[in-house]
Order: sequence, then C-alpha cells, then structure tokens
Amino acid sequence: MTVKLGVPSKGRLMEKTFDWFGAAGIALSRTGSDREYAAAVDGIDGVELVLLSAGEIPRELAAGRIHLGVTGSDLVREKLGAWSEKVTELAPMGFGHADLIIAVPKCWVDVNTLDDLDAVAAAFRAKHGFRLRIATKYHRLIRDHLRDHGVADYQLVDSQGATEGTVKNETAEAVADITSTGETLRANHLKILAGGPVHKSQATLFKSRKAEWSTTERATLETLCRKLGIDR
Amino acid sequence: MADKARVRDEATRFLTFFEGHGACVVEADILQPAETLLDLYGEDIRARAFVTHDPDLGEMMLRPDFTVPVVQMHMAEGAEPARYAYMGEVFRAQDETRHRASEYFQVGYEVFDRAAPIEADAEVFALLKEVLAPLNLRAATGDMGLLLAAVRGLRTTERRKSALLRHIWRPRRFRALIDRFAGRAPLPDGRAQLLVADDPFDADTPHIGLRSPSEIAERVAALHEDAAAAPISAQEVELLDDLLGLRETTANVLEHLRDIAVDMPAIAAAVDRLEARAEALERRGVDVARLDFEGSYGRTSMEYYDGFVFGFYSETRPDLPPVATGGRYDALTRVLGNQNGDRRDIPAVGGVIRPELTLELTGEAGQ
Repeated sequence: MTVKLGVPSKGRLMEKTFDWFGAAGIALSRTGSDREYAAAVDGIDGVELVLLSAGEIPRELAAGRIHLGVTGSDLVREKLGAWSEKVTELAPMGFGHADLIIAVPKCWVDVNTLDDLDAVAAAFRAKHGFRLRIATKYHRLIRDHLRDHGVADYQLVDSQGATEGTVKNETAEAVADITSTGETLRANHLKILAGGPVHKSQATLFKSRKAEWSTTERATLETLCRKLGIDR
Repeated sequence: MADKARVRDEATRFLTFFEGHGACVVEADILQPAETLLDLYGEDIRARAFVTHDPDLGEMMLRPDFTVPVVQMHMAEGAEPARYAYMGEVFRAQDETRHRASEYFQVGYEVFDRAAPIEADAEVFALLKEVLAPLNLRAATGDMGLLLAAVRGLRTTERRKSALLRHIWRPRRFRALIDRFAGRAPLPDGRAQLLVADDPFDADTPHIGLRSPSEIAERVAALHEDAAAAPISAQEVELLDDLLGLRETTANVLEHLRDIAVDMPAIAAAVDRLEARAEALERRGVDVARLDFEGSYGRTSMEYYDGFVFGFYSETRPDLPPVATGGRYDALTRVLGNQNGDRRDIPAVGGVIRPELTLELTGEAGQ
C-alpha cells in the first residue's frame, strides 16, 4: 500500500510545500490541466500525493484517511480535540508563519494584558448587561487560552472573515485572529495584547496516529524521513 | 459499564428513597437554552456541554446537570419550603484524554428552605450518607462560606474584594490576584507607564467600539486608586493560606478555626455556622469526630457552591469520580434569579448520586 501525503491544493502554501520537499530531492507536482486536482511524486516510491484544502487536512489525518499531511499547526490544534492523541508533528517546515493573537481597540489605554481584559470584561458585563464579545474563528484555542489565564465574563462570537472590522462595527469588543505583520490590525485601530501570542503557527508536516501503518508503509516513512533529514 | 436498564433500576431505588423522605419528584427537559447556561457558567461550559441548534430557538445544550432547570421550575411555581427529587441522564463532553462517560445518570435531591438553612445542609448530607451507607464511602466536606467571609473581611478596597470574590472558584486566578494585591507580584505589563502618564489618552487614536471613553476613563481612575491603596498585609495572606490549607476532621477544624478567627474576626459568624452544622449533623447520626474537612473543597466544581460542600468517594476505587457530590448554591440561584429580572434569593442545597458508580461498587455492573 502507498503512503498518502495530504498537501494544500493551491496557493503559496502548496508552492512552498513543493519547494520544501523538492529541496530534499522529492519532487511533488500537479499534473493534468490547471483545474484538475491530480498530482505526481518523483524521487521516492510508495508515496501518493493527495491535494486537499489546508483546512480539511487535520480532519483527514484524524480519520486516518491520509498518513501524512501538511497544514498549519494552528489548524490542527483548533480543529482536533486532544490533537496529540491523533497526530504527531514530524517537522516544522519554516514557512507559513502566523501568530494567533488577541487584539483590543488601541484607544483602550487601560488594557495591555489578559489581566486587564478580564477586569474590563467584568465591568463591561455589569455596564452593558451582556458578556464582552471576542470575534474569532479560533474558538477552541482562544477558549482554552482564556480559561488557562482565568479570564471570565466574555463570549466568543464567530467571525469567518473581516474579523478586524467587527470592533468598529460594534459587533464585538475585541478580536482573536492570526496575523503575520499586524498591518491589518493597525489599520483597524487595534493593538495586540502583551504577553506573547496564543499560538505561534507555521506549516508543519504531521503524521497520523490513526492511519493504518503496515510494514510497507512504515518502511516508506523511514525512507522519507531519512531523505527529509527528520530524526525520529 | 452497567447496562442502562440496571442503571435506571438503581436510580429508581434512590429516587424512591428520596420520595419516601418527602421529596416531590420532578422532571426536566433535556434540551436547555444555551444562553442561560453560558451566562451562568461562562464560555468554558461550551467545552464541557453538548451544544446543538434549534432552527427556531437557536443554540441549545443537552442538560449538563439538573440544577438550572430545577431552580427555574422552583422559581416559577414553587412554594417554600420545598424538597425535590429527580433522575435522568446528564451529558458532559469530556476531554478525550480522560476517557470518561459523556452520558450518565444522576439522581438528585434538592431542598429550598429559607427558614433553616443549616438544618437543610445537614438533612441533605445525612440522607445521602444513609442511602450510600452500604458502600462504605469516605465523605469529604468543606465550607465555601468561610473563604467568602474571609475575603469580605480583608482590610482592603471594595474593588479588590469584589475582584477576589469573582474569581473565588478559579484558584489559580485567585492566587495571582492575592499576590498582586499583596504587593508580591510585579505590576502587569504597561501598568506602570499608564500610571505615570499625565494624559494617557492619545489624541491621534480614534475611539472605536461599544466601550465608551468614559468607561475607559473610569477604569484608569480605578487603577490609580488601586495603585495608591496599601497592599493586603502579609498576616492576612497567611491567614487566608491557613484557611485554604486546612485538612482535618470536622471536630479538630473547629478548634483551629477559632484560633484563626481571633486574628480574622470576619469569619467568626461563618465558624459559628460550621459549628451549628456539625451539631446538626451529629443529631442526625453523623460522626463528626471522623468527618473530613478540607479548606479548599468546592472551589473547582462547576456548581459555584458558596456554603457547605461535600463529596462521597470510594477508597477502594480511587480511579472513580466521586459517587455523590453536593452543596449549597445560593449564589448560583441569585444569578439565575437576576437573569429573570427577579431579585429574589433562593437558598438552595442539594446533592446528586451517580447510580452507575454505586452499581459498579456493589459488583453488579458486569452482569
């Protein structure tokens, strides 16, 4: 049987992934027409390339339908409960860097840390009659982070896009999103809370713990790891 | 795991017992409005409850316990004093690393009695103890009322006290606040700059969002006030630590608490209540000389207990969760009452048994 390797199907993430494998002598490529999601692998036997949306790769790894997958470390943590029981990190890939951060209006001169946010959440709830809203699509990561830091009296409101605009539009009081340069945050008059990001994400090669690993597939993985210089 | 029919029979046995002691048997909906539970327990409940969606009613949760529906029912139609018993499944999404049941039975007994709260505490505990007696469980007890009284009596600002009270059920956060207010922890990032700034507001930064400039100014003023306030004394912090670290039998703890109360008179009334409760328990046949008391007991449960708290544990099966738990939750009913725009206090104490655990302990589970 072949080892199925899931790779993002488009954009910079796909190109960078191809480059990363290419540097180790493993040529991944798309075949057929521009629109056809077919792919080929050269330089190693027994590996099959599966092109998928980066957001679906965590789920496919957890279900064991692919053996290996490239996706953001943030997506694995967000989409999989008890993620480390389902996948292991084989190698951080050094690109696709983004920080998951919590940001508040820059005009909140009294707020710099999660401590401040917690105190403000209590006062906000008392004043406005509802829990302070944080717009995000990273529900699990943010909820766990806020629980670990003892923040209460907030609510998460789902925001799948244009998250930075929610504060000005008064549909949220704060936001939690990924950022690489912070440019969009600044443009929307937001500032990042001190104390470091909730998660520092990058593209990562994951191995499924749920997929079937027969002797052949294990041998292929050994070869692949050797070529990639991954110490296991 | 015992099969459901057996668990139901076991649950019915407990329910009948409670009914025989004067409880009115009540039912509760499995689907509960998520908003009520979220407002009560906070966003954390999302990780612990099953959330589902009704096209018309919006977000709903599979009941994580019976507390909320029983209190709401009582508020709507109950006359006091009231005693209720109920049984049924509760649903808890489990952290998968712990591999615990996500659906299990609870049988509960709740007392709403304004006139004699101490007697009600003793009644609930003694009833559970009686019905669980054949299992030889260890009982642990605590009293959140002591800690609440101690915090309310601290010689510090009201603002600090309410911050501590708000986090009393989050021990780590509570500790961090104590350290801050006692001057033992550094100021949070950016606080010092804010406090020395003549005018912290930056004219070039536009105001955005629902939180108004006056709310921001109010908090800046509060931070100045806090910076000027004297730290909580080392002696008071030490007394709090003594209180939280107590682990003795109820008989011995009373003596110890009397000593603490000399330096911390704010807890004297709470100690009196503890003593009165010990006497009430004794009258009901509980051997308080051997009843364990823990100062921190009840701080991490979901129920937000604020008085007497207890749990029954199997000493032969320490891997099992507590077989029964309970306590007084006046604070929770106050919040629920306020949500309904109804400012009544509803003194409430109750406890729940998990029948599949009692079955497992009596060895009938595997059959």
